[in-house]
Amino acid sequence: MIEYIKGYLSSGTTPGEAGNMFWATVYILLVITGVSVAVLCMNWLERKILAHMQIRLGPMRVGPHGLLQPFADALKLLIKEDIIPHDADKFVFWSAPVVVTMTAFTTFLVVPFGRTHAVTDMNIGVLFMLGVSSLGVLGIIMAGWSSNSHYPLMGSLRSSAQMVSYEIAMGLAIVSAVLMTSLQTGTGTLSMIGIVESQAAQHTWFIFKFFPLGFIAFAVFAIAMVAETNRAPFDLPEAESELVAGFHTEYSGFRWSLFFLAEYSAMLAVSSIAVTLWLGGWMRPFPNWLGGTAWDMAFSFLPALTFFVLAAGCFLGTIRMPKIPQFRVQTIGLGTFAALLGFVGLVLLVPGVRVRIQDIYWFVVKVAFFMYLYIWYRGTFPRYRFDQLMKVGWKVLLPTGLGVLIATAIWGLMPQLSAAILGVLQ
Amino acid sequence: MTDSTRTDYLDLDTKDETFLDATELVLNMGPQHPSTHGVLRVILKLDGEKVLGTECVIGYLHRGVEKIAENRTYAMFNPYVDRMDYVAAVSNGLGYCEAVEKLLSVEAPPRAQYLRVILTELCRIASHQVWLGTHALDIGAITPLFYCFRDREEVLKIFEKYCGARLTTHAFRIGGCIYEAYEGFEQDCKKFCDAFLPKLDEYEELLTTNRIWVERTKGVGILNPEDCIALGVTGPVLRASGVKWDLRKAQPYESYKDFDFEIPTGLHGDTYDRYLVRIEEMRQAVRIIRQAVDGLPQGPIMAKVPKVIKPPVGEVYHSIEAPKGELGYFIVSDASTQPYRIRVRPPSFVNLQALDKMVRGLLVADVVAVIGTLDIVLGEVDR
Repeated sequence: MIEYIKGYLSSGTTPGEAGNMFWATVYILLVITGVSVAVLCMNWLERKILAHMQIRLGPMRVGPHGLLQPFADALKLLIKEDIIPHDADKFVFWSAPVVVTMTAFTTFLVVPFGRTHAVTDMNIGVLFMLGVSSLGVLGIIMAGWSSNSHYPLMGSLRSSAQMVSYEIAMGLAIVSAVLMTSLQTGTGTLSMIGIVESQAAQHTWFIFKFFPLGFIAFAVFAIAMVAETNRAPFDLPEAESELVAGFHTEYSGFRWSLFFLAEYSAMLAVSSIAVTLWLGGWMRPFPNWLGGTAWDMAFSFLPALTFFVLAAGCFLGTIRMPKIPQFRVQTIGLGTFAALLGFVGLVLLVPGVRVRIQDIYWFVVKVAFFMYLYIWYRGTFPRYRFDQLMKVGWKVLLPTGLGVLIATAIWGLMPQLSAAILGVLQ
Repeated sequence: MTDSTRTDYLDLDTKDETFLDATELVLNMGPQHPSTHGVLRVILKLDGEKVLGTECVIGYLHRGVEKIAENRTYAMFNPYVDRMDYVAAVSNGLGYCEAVEKLLSVEAPPRAQYLRVILTELCRIASHQVWLGTHALDIGAITPLFYCFRDREEVLKIFEKYCGARLTTHAFRIGGCIYEAYEGFEQDCKKFCDAFLPKLDEYEELLTTNRIWVERTKGVGILNPEDCIALGVTGPVLRASGVKWDLRKAQPYESYKDFDFEIPTGLHGDTYDRYLVRIEEMRQAVRIIRQAVDGLPQGPIMAKVPKVIKPPVGEVYHSIEAPKGELGYFIVSDASTQPYRIRVRPPSFVNLQALDKMVRGLLVADVVAVIGTLDIVLGEVDR
């Protein structure tokens, strides 16, 4: 039994590949908790960052700097009355949030947080992710239709049209990245891990490959993914000022929180695809420029350092707290949080952990960058109108994606082409 | 509450027996809706997302202000008018006080007139800030709202220091002002003007050249000048259609003839032009405030008005350029202490008529943008 458990650790592959069901289960549980915690953190961060962009403070009451606000919200949603409209189609109404959440979580099966840190490695990983995440639209249509109300219906219709049309541009961008994987070896791969390894083998992230082709493909994907997840400025399905709350107008309590969970995990999922395909997945930055074991060693201290910086920030906050009795609990809370962060930083210094945590750290940092972008868009842009959204999707992103795909193919074949032309000339 | 499935008050182009036609949808927007600016109810007849017709249902905020006036003395009714357009309470008070002064044939002394101009122009800025914030919010840009409210706070602070109230100010009295400008009033106003112009640039930075903002507002809700005049639309909405009509220039009241300022007009009469016109109006308001503060004369602030106001028998119509358009008061006096009848011509109510004309053929998202651009306040629409 112990051998079985240890077997995976030394295998150097994912649990799925190693056929180790114990670790696969552990990873699934880890991913579910990890994503849920990430969604909670995102909830707090979004409110804080958006608030600071808008010269507000954001949540400040529940816990120091509102740190416990997401938990309070979650608790409130759980104990809230669960309302199903009288004329709703009860079964569909009930199953819609389940479908949405299931699909959002299932996509994480193939997300490689590191070389060995993924539940499994499928040879059709990218396809699987696209397929499953596009199933999410089904849940949204179900929600809108079963509510038997006008606003949700319009929201879900908008959503389905939007997601279907942006998926094409997204797919084209992905294909051009997949095409790049085949350049070195001659055989491309759809496996998420394979794609990252191909970037390692070619010594470049695909965003810089065939500059600017890789970057354009990435930009197409980055725009399409915002539309795909129904976020500002493409948040028409839940456009607050037009459709009240769009497809989830009639939902409340726990069911609503499932939609919330699904939306944020979908954001994490598509960001993971972007990171894997164009930003080198779990690889650390500057492997060419700052290569070598010494630099590897130096970079491996960064996770711990990040936590120390966060801890120092919290500690500074503790010092700056007003020294009055009303703030005592908050001060102690923030101090404890700082200590916790510092402790995590210390754990990350342990050699075994330090080496293993590397991949996950860089992956999370890159995904966090996209999450920040999502918040930034929301603070800056007004909302597109439906016809304009379609125009951007079909008349801008789709031709661009197609053009990039063809250009990538031609550029990739350049050595063979030039050889052939030279051969003919000679 | 009226039943949303009732069709008898829907005056729409196509006459249907029922709305069972599968291509059409009747959507009830409001009175509880995030972007109908209060309790406006718009019944939309839609073909998919396209608007076939609209019907406004108003009256959810009706308080019978005009009827109340018949049971109050002239002075007692003065605070009530603040509650109509509560976003621009100072302008409402100015219009009422001037109308009664006209009835009494008195004129406020020069210093009071200048003070009134300063405060109403500050109020115009505050009103336009609320409009800009909510309008941008309707179109999906949430950040300008907070910027606008941050800077509106400075105006409200001046109001608070001047008369003790921030929103429903009751700043003016019949015959002038009751409060002398407080110590440092001029400096406060000047400081506000200096600080406000860069902030206006900040709003513009967020929106004016923002691609999405331009796409969402250009060519949306076009009103041509003829329609504007036919519908009685006034204020920035009228000027954005290219009609240079501003009561401050056309029929100068108070001391507006002393000041040098421009009337911004638009070319296309679309939502984007209305946005630009209002932004420019804020700049012009700053210009007027600066001139008025510099030229603030000394002297009394109250004209000789009897303690008990009993205007002679007669009637008067007086209108001013409120932030939202022409705000008129029609007062009939029967020589008693109470007005025989007061009728208010509210700009929001009249401008709201244009909604149907503007949104036909547009999409649902544009309805929200057009309601925002009309800058209505339901307290004034319903009174």
